[in-house]
Amino acid sequence: MRGFEQHINDFHQRNVAVAVISVDSPEESLKLIHSKSFTMPFLSDPKAEVIRSYGVLHPKGGEDGRDIARPAEFFVDSNGIVQWVNLTDDIRVRARPDVTLKAIDGLVAGK
Amino acid sequence: MQRRWNIHLWAGFAIVLLSVISYIPLFTLFPVTRDVPWVNYLLFIAGALLLFIGMKRAFGDPQHYRGKISGSILSVLSLLMIGVFCFGTLYASKQIPTSANAPHVGQPAPTFSLTGADGKQIALADLLKGNRGALLIFYRGYW
Repeated sequence: MRGFEQHINDFHQRNVAVAVISVDSPEESLKLIHSKSFTMPFLSDPKAEVIRSYGVLHPKGGEDGRDIARPAEFFVDSNGIVQWVNLTDDIRVRARPDVTLKAIDGLVAGK
Repeated sequence: MQRRWNIHLWAGFAIVLLSVISYIPLFTLFPVTRDVPWVNYLLFIAGALLLFIGMKRAFGDPQHYRGKISGSILSVLSLLMIGVFCFGTLYASKQIPTSANAPHVGQPAPTFSLTGADGKQIALADLLKGNRGALLIFYRGYW
């Protein structure tokens, strides 16, 4: 996520909004935002309802057996259609901003 | 005759220890050393090599080198650390659901409205408004 924050201007230049979603409460997210100087919106899904609707629930994946999100990235176009999905098979390996930008650029070029 | 301190054993152990404790605060900062922790694996090889030389000296030339007991302990500890690290990076971190039900390319993204860190509601429609699209990043959270 720090990588995406560093490249946030590249996304905004392309008129792409970036938002992060987790089960963290707004208070917990606020602490993280302050400590790491994030500008992206952090959305709180404490009951993992949206996480479940996107099929990215990791049941009992968190501390104390809490249901959390597995790492995943979706690009949704202005019509609300999913245009790109990245589902890692390793929690250490996330989408990289440059690869994501290339994928988004490719979509637009292909249209 | 005074037996010499077997520095290889301690250096090997130190390298293995450093490799394990530096991964999260240092090497995970860069995708190139995070995704495949090759720096850590190389350090393990270097550490194991030093331990091997030290052990060979301790057991092959005990009149000149110390370290039969300390070397054995350090070697076992090093192997344990390497084992835990490899288990974590090669197995444990891959234990996540496949998420077959996630929306595929071409399908509509489920709509939502969630509370932001500032307490305001943000909907998917808000993110898309006036934009070409929105990148949604799901993450495990920091608890």
